[in-house]
Amino acid sequence: MFRTIFALCLLSVVALSSAVMAQAVRPPEGAQTPREATGGAQTLEDILARERGQFVDGSFRSDNIGGNIDATQVAPALGPLGAASDADIWRRLRFDKAQVTLSSDGAALDPASSVTIQDAGMWWLDLRRGPLATYGGYLLLGTLAFLALFLLLRGRIRIDGEKTGRRITRFKAIERFGHWLTAGSFILLGITGLISLFGRMALVPLVGKEAFAPVAQAGKWVHNNVAWAFMLGLVMIFVMWVAQNIPNRHDLKWIAVGGGLFSKNVHPPALKFNAGQKLIFWAVIVLGVSISASGLSLLFPFQLPMFAKTFVILNDTGLPQWLGFGPLPEALTPHQEMQLAQLWHAIVAFVFIAVILAHIYIGSIGMEGAFDAMGSGEVEEQWAREHHGLWLEQRKSGDDPPGATPAE
Amino acid sequence: MKTMLLSFACIAVIAVGAWYGLHQAGFSIQEVTTRSSVRLD
Repeated sequence: MFRTIFALCLLSVVALSSAVMAQAVRPPEGAQTPREATGGAQTLEDILARERGQFVDGSFRSDNIGGNIDATQVAPALGPLGAASDADIWRRLRFDKAQVTLSSDGAALDPASSVTIQDAGMWWLDLRRGPLATYGGYLLLGTLAFLALFLLLRGRIRIDGEKTGRRITRFKAIERFGHWLTAGSFILLGITGLISLFGRMALVPLVGKEAFAPVAQAGKWVHNNVAWAFMLGLVMIFVMWVAQNIPNRHDLKWIAVGGGLFSKNVHPPALKFNAGQKLIFWAVIVLGVSISASGLSLLFPFQLPMFAKTFVILNDTGLPQWLGFGPLPEALTPHQEMQLAQLWHAIVAFVFIAVILAHIYIGSIGMEGAFDAMGSGEVEEQWAREHHGLWLEQRKSGDDPPGATPAE
Repeated sequence: MKTMLLSFACIAVIAVGAWYGLHQAGFSIQEVTTRSSVRLD
């Protein structure tokens, strides 16, 4: 009996003291500890806000860097030339406000070498390992699922009419070369890029670190060097096909009936490229240029920063503010430039791969006779009549558009 | 299909050529961002 009463008393005391301590530690809602009370250091509100994932204005630390060692400016309180504690010096380094002098001439060659501490790395890593990989993976798997479902429901798009047995040249050798140069390098870049992003989480558990290391290293070499073939291919297809990919009135008719992809015996008129192919073409050009720009920035580290300049232009348009992002940062460390380049490179790559998966599908198993256009370069005349009727008429009348394949 | 295989071969040639050329031109990251004063090898 006494033991029970004693235990209850003890529990009451513990509970009461815990509540009192909590009262002592946790300030009442809305209460603010003045910054002066902590000697200018962070307050309990700062810590709690950070725990809640809320924004904390860090200027009380980033601006607290001791005396101003630049004698040309107003002397601070601690002396005419200023004075700084160890903590002040570390904060200068931490917030990239120190005047770092290197013993070599590396600073002129490598802008990043004068930045000794930068703290955006964890934000980048968390984003890369978290939402980027997750949503990017969902996009690719969702695209594959959609294409599989489309094949299941629609089946392979067959040549509706009677085959003629006659073949007509659709793409010259140089056109096919440019296409496959771009396509082959893109597939290599896509695979090695996915290994780079997902390798640690997907391959290491399967094959182990020892086996993954050489794969990752080889993948990096391929990714860095095959990129040049991709950029060359991109230039080639742009020069060869841009004139025939300018939108025209036929595209509206093509779009109005979904290109005939969803129903049999529907064949909207089209010239050499239909509206769907034009969409693919412009997606490849726009995404290809963007991914090449960020890729070059990554290929030559710290030499080609582009995001701070882009953010200045975007801020001037007012678009980020209008979308609720506020003004984007216009001063970025070289490392932040690289981190943003990597994120942008990966985001564009995911969209690009999704688009190309659809392109590969419709150009192979999705449509009868389509692969021949890029395989042998010659297509069944009936296929051309159904999918590019206006182009076939031009070919037969000898009135080819500029840059088109000449009649045999 | 010959054109496709030729373009794939060209991808390999361009990749090796780019790697060799950039290194010969002094564009490796080691050469771009360091000097002998801070690197021992």
